[in-house]
Amino acid sequence: MEKLEKQIIKILKENSRYTISQIAKMIGENEEKVQETIKGLEENKTILKYTTVVNSEKYEDDKVEALIEVKVAPQKLKGFDALAEELCAFEEVVSLYLMSGGYDLAVMVKGNNLKDVALFVSEKLSGIDGVISCATHFLLKKYKVEGESIISGDKEEKRIIV
Amino acid sequence: MRDFVSKRASNLKPSGIRKFFDLCAGSKDIISLGVGEPDFITPYNISEAGIRTIKRGRTQYTSNSGIVELREEISSYLKNRYNVDYDKEDIIITVGASEAIDIALRAVVDEGDEVLIPMPSYVSYAPCVELNGGIAVGVPCFERDNFKIRAKELKEKITSNSKVIILPYPNNPTGGIMEEEDYREIIDVIIENDLLVITDEIYSELTYGKRHFSIASIPCIRDRTIYINGFSKAFAMTGWRVGYVCAPKEIKNAMIKIHQYALICAPIFSQYAALEGLRQETEDNYQVIEKMKEEYDKRRKFMVNSFNEIGLHCFNPEGAFYVFPCVESTGYDGQEFAKLLLEKEKVAVVPGDAFGESGKNYIRCSYAYSMESLIKAMEKISKFVKEL
Repeated sequence: MEKLEKQIIKILKENSRYTISQIAKMIGENEEKVQETIKGLEENKTILKYTTVVNSEKYEDDKVEALIEVKVAPQKLKGFDALAEELCAFEEVVSLYLMSGGYDLAVMVKGNNLKDVALFVSEKLSGIDGVISCATHFLLKKYKVEGESIISGDKEEKRIIV
Repeated sequence: MRDFVSKRASNLKPSGIRKFFDLCAGSKDIISLGVGEPDFITPYNISEAGIRTIKRGRTQYTSNSGIVELREEISSYLKNRYNVDYDKEDIIITVGASEAIDIALRAVVDEGDEVLIPMPSYVSYAPCVELNGGIAVGVPCFERDNFKIRAKELKEKITSNSKVIILPYPNNPTGGIMEEEDYREIIDVIIENDLLVITDEIYSELTYGKRHFSIASIPCIRDRTIYINGFSKAFAMTGWRVGYVCAPKEIKNAMIKIHQYALICAPIFSQYAALEGLRQETEDNYQVIEKMKEEYDKRRKFMVNSFNEIGLHCFNPEGAFYVFPCVESTGYDGQEFAKLLLEKEKVAVVPGDAFGESGKNYIRCSYAYSMESLIKAMEKISKFVKEL
């Protein structure tokens, strides 16, 4: 990946609402080049999505979130990937990670309520070929999200932690 | 009751920066670009080292020169990083580089001695000179030279009383740097006039695109140089008050006497914290500093480009964390511009003449602030300039 692409991604990851003009100034590059590069990254799916990180104390979407630890028997010749693909297809699955340690897959799930999440686990997840066991942990409270602390009160100019 | 304040103290002009920021005091919602310290927290391992030192009960005086491990570490750091040669015996750990400036001047300035100082420059040099009965002589530097000090202007200011030249690069407030060829241009003037060099390199770790070059690495100058540096900017340790000064034996011995009587030693936990910082950085290949610099560089480019876009010409500063745009095109000088900007848009910048007459038509803006603050500030400045 080119240096320019890396720089732009780093800046957009920090704040995807920086304008092309602002990004161009930060890098010292002309706006057309920046625009073109971003378009390329969107088209080749390096940039998947732009979203917004919200303070869950102030915006409640009434959904229930859970982390499910899944132990899996990897399939012959396919490893974890085929099973992961099947799981990704579910709308309830927000994130899916292969992990080292005591279990294999960390599944972040979002449902309308506790019952929905429980049903997802019992009917959809457990039934998948290869799933050995699931341990469901319901998310109670968020303290920090995507590098942003939710709990600290209003403070002056934030100091960056290096 | 008579007036007890000494003539020297009462003759000191109050800081132009302080004066301006007192105007801001009490006003909320002001976006300030005035501060001259990093907006980073002291790295975790450094803070931990300081805290550990206290918890272990190490709260006593250290030797006047400072703990030997730190002086050794500084010696090898300077050699490896800047090719500057000082033995641990040549080094004094001071209470910030600020004390280093003070004891350096107190050790060498006699009544009537002239000290040449590039203008614009950091506000503390002239007052420290004057407190010792010396005369601060400003050497004007110009934007066309990227605010480097040039032999021509230097020669014009030399008299038979000239004794010391202060070289503060990378420079506060301009962000200008001096490269090897720039120093070589003035070396002859320095040697011919038998001047002592005091080089304040506190921003040495903050150069962009170019490696910092130290005048103390030039052998024929080293023996007539006092080298000053510290940890405040590179390690975000401004409040810890720890810096250092290096000099040839006689001068160092004079400085240590003053240091002994006036301050005894720098805080012990700050010294151990700085030691941890230097050791870890050297081991990690300066990762933490590079990370800070990357963030600063982004902001630097943003500020320079933004000012130029507005029509306030801003030369490209290659060091420190300040931009120094010229406001002459607005018809106002730095003072007037800063005052009006504060009134109309509640953005505080420092008028350039706080750093010397040569800064009259400029303003200093620090970019040691979050990108969000800088964007907001530039939007307001842009609006302000458009409406002028």
